[in-house]
Amino acid sequence: MQYRKLPTKLKVFLTIIFIIFMAFVLFLSQKFLDTYWIRILTLIGIYGIMAVSLTFINGITGIFSLGHSGFVAIGAYTAALLTMSIEQKQMSFFLKPLIWPLNSIQLDFLSATIIAGIMAAIFAYLIGYPSLRLTGDYLAITTLGFGEIVRILILNMISVTNGPLGLKGLEEYTNIWWAWGWLLVTVLVIGSLVNSSYGRALKAIREDPIAAKAMGINVTKHQLMAFVVGAFFAGISGSLYAHWLTTIDPRPQTVGILLTFNVLIMIVLGGLGSITGAIFGAAAFAILSEWLRIVETPFKIFGIQVPAISGMRLLVLSTIFILVMLTWRRGIMGRSELTWDGIYNFFLRLKRKH
Amino acid sequence: MRMTLPIFLQNLANGILLGGLYALIAIGYSMVYGILRLINFAHGDIFMMGTYFAFYGITLFLLPWWLAFVFAIIGAGILGFLIDRIAYKPLRNAPRISALITAIGMSIFLESLAVVIFGGIPKSFAPPRIYPKFFSKMLQIGSIRVQILTFFILGITALLITFLIWFVYKTKIGMAMRAISTDIATTALMGVNVDFVIGITFAIGSALAGAGGILWAMKYPNVNPYMGFMPGLKAFIAAVIGGIGSIQGAMLGGFLLGMIEIMLVAFFPRFAGYRDIFAFIILILILMYKPSGILGAKLEEKV
Amino acid sequence: MEKESVLKLDNVTMQFGGLIAVGDFNMKLESGELVGLIGPNGAGKTTVFNVITGIYTPTKGRVIFGKIDITGLPPHYITHLGIARTFQNIRLFSDMTVLENVLVSQHHKLEERHADKILQKHGYKSKIIGKGWFWKSVFKIGYFSMEKQMVKEARELLKKVELLDLENEKASSLPYGMQRKLEIARALATEPKLLLLDEPAAGMNPHETEELMEFIKKIRDDFNLTILLIEHDMKVVMGICERIVVMDYGRIISKGTPDEVRNDPKVIEAYLGDGSYV
Repeated sequence: MQYRKLPTKLKVFLTIIFIIFMAFVLFLSQKFLDTYWIRILTLIGIYGIMAVSLTFINGITGIFSLGHSGFVAIGAYTAALLTMSIEQKQMSFFLKPLIWPLNSIQLDFLSATIIAGIMAAIFAYLIGYPSLRLTGDYLAITTLGFGEIVRILILNMISVTNGPLGLKGLEEYTNIWWAWGWLLVTVLVIGSLVNSSYGRALKAIREDPIAAKAMGINVTKHQLMAFVVGAFFAGISGSLYAHWLTTIDPRPQTVGILLTFNVLIMIVLGGLGSITGAIFGAAAFAILSEWLRIVETPFKIFGIQVPAISGMRLLVLSTIFILVMLTWRRGIMGRSELTWDGIYNFFLRLKRKH
Repeated sequence: MRMTLPIFLQNLANGILLGGLYALIAIGYSMVYGILRLINFAHGDIFMMGTYFAFYGITLFLLPWWLAFVFAIIGAGILGFLIDRIAYKPLRNAPRISALITAIGMSIFLESLAVVIFGGIPKSFAPPRIYPKFFSKMLQIGSIRVQILTFFILGITALLITFLIWFVYKTKIGMAMRAISTDIATTALMGVNVDFVIGITFAIGSALAGAGGILWAMKYPNVNPYMGFMPGLKAFIAAVIGGIGSIQGAMLGGFLLGMIEIMLVAFFPRFAGYRDIFAFIILILILMYKPSGILGAKLEEKV
Repeated sequence: MEKESVLKLDNVTMQFGGLIAVGDFNMKLESGELVGLIGPNGAGKTTVFNVITGIYTPTKGRVIFGKIDITGLPPHYITHLGIARTFQNIRLFSDMTVLENVLVSQHHKLEERHADKILQKHGYKSKIIGKGWFWKSVFKIGYFSMEKQMVKEARELLKKVELLDLENEKASSLPYGMQRKLEIARALATEPKLLLLDEPAAGMNPHETEELMEFIKKIRDDFNLTILLIEHDMKVVMGICERIVVMDYGRIISKGTPDEVRNDPKVIEAYLGDGSYV
């Protein structure tokens, strides 16, 4: 059956309606849901940005980067250091005072977030330039190492980051609008890029870098481009994350390998290489993660009292992850996107069956 | 701290010791990568599991320490075999990225399993509870003092490596392993049960990792579920430095990395907190200038 | 004034460690020629392709394309300058559609500024379309008209090679013969002057081979190409090549018209025991 395409103007119109609809949903949530659920919804937005930016690098361009947590960390710390008031900084940095000029600046949330993204992007350029020439496995280890290096640097550069003490008492600037607003920006920018000649070039690089070169594509330059763009949004998510948590520290769960793993679960669940899939994966992960809190508190199952076992959550998550990899590798969306054309053709096929 | 000869020699001894431990773990990584082109991220966690097996063998099952060690090493080997069977074998024909991602998942799985079963609080692997106090006695050699433990660890390491070299070069299965790492399809056509040999490779590599874990814990007695992450990562780096896919490369890389790490901290104590980063910097340098490693052969892609 | 050849390989040697894959290779291709490069397996034919297209930098010697010395330039430059190739093993972008595969080949017109400067410096026409396409793609300013033009040109090409009705099919779902054709179409979409075909008839039955022979001659005429062709199928080589170069152990052992080469004792000796008929 022919795949029918809707007229472009209609699709743009539908998208705008959808965005307005989502804004309305968020508005209602903020009014009627209790704080707990609003926080979860906000977190989904933040996770969404992490997931979309990672799937752009890993799934669409085929760069197996395991260092995403590094970019989130850079973004988180950059933004936090910029939004904290001067007095706060003096109070927190009692091991070693914060270096100049950071100790005398304070910026608004938006500027701090954007600068956070830029910092992450700069690091991505510096790391990517030598590393992206490496092939899959080596690149994975190198980026993993990079993520760890960032964490260790944060841990040790006490006069910049306050080391193991972390930064506490951050203003909870991140609300549902900032999170989903930035998610919208991320999806628009990355989606627009993917839906262009550049997207085709990146996918070609993913499929076969040698053939891509033979078709005139500068593979390294395009990989670097994808890496930097992905890192930029990861940095943004870091800023949002820090101001949602209100505290950041260099522990592996917060800004280390465990964060990378969580985002990896999101994009594998959602479908490696799909932007809409990444958002679904982020939502699924957030909800699953919260629901699994149950297993970490005492509960009754079939009348038997099960005691609280800490660490169960991660165990269940990683088991699910391995099962998904073994049995349902394509995830929710596989490599395809949820598009207006896709929905239209789905209903067309249903209609045909009757 | 001034660098005097005794201090230098002391650090040298530590460097050799650490190098030997890295070498043990690196060999397992190299063997698996040589055969499957898979970085088994869970390798470091098998290292950790072996240690816990030994710990509980002694404290829970009240076995004599040496027996518990042997069982733990065998247990680690079996664990490695099972992991391959369950998680990696089904993905033999899937794209490499899938197997890699699964390996990461397996790593996190093992770590969280350890947290749940063994608890997240670190356990002590120190004498006299775990092994006789005899090992912590210091021997005076010239101007330096070395623990008997150091000789024990080095001795066992040498023994295990010798056994491994015998196995790989003198037995039929070892030959099959070498054949598979050159050309898996042809080896299968020659009637070799490839899956079984791959399983054995995992088993041996994991057993070595388990041994490495136990010996590691004897020297650095803090046993916790995440203890394998960093040593595992560094062991892989060591394998790459020496030349991935070759056992000699893994050994060379392991010893080199251990020495460099200890020496850098000895000469620049200010950077002690950054010591883990050294390994990565060396990795990046090697991958940029000699990606096949010091001893390695180039794995070219045919155009 | 002597017009320069389309391609000139000047004493090219390609050495890997101790192995000389290609040695003292001299060859000239004139505009519009259809030349065959043959030789036993392992003779170094694909290596010659890889040197020409920039995947390898020759140990010695120069590669000159028209007026431009392309020795050592990266592959994506060389494609922009006007040399395209296909591969021995089909390397299509399997997850992308036929149309997308062909569209990818036009991307260099948006990006390869440095390569284009080389073109302009030597007096050739620029192939670049405007600038700033990264930002234009993100914000979709002036993008749609450019994409529309790209798609139009891609479809024209697909029509010429009779693949247009399959434009939305996934490349991997095409039958083998069509995949080979798509490989060639994809190379053509980069708008080359010189086309290198690496064993295009591999795996084809006699009927498909006949079609392929006609196809190659047709595209040479329709697209104003010079074609260098590696092939083992002697029917193809003898059938369509105007000139043949024969390699063995990295060196040229014979050159000439199909008849000259067919009767050259050195060539017969190289192929003895090969099973292919000359």
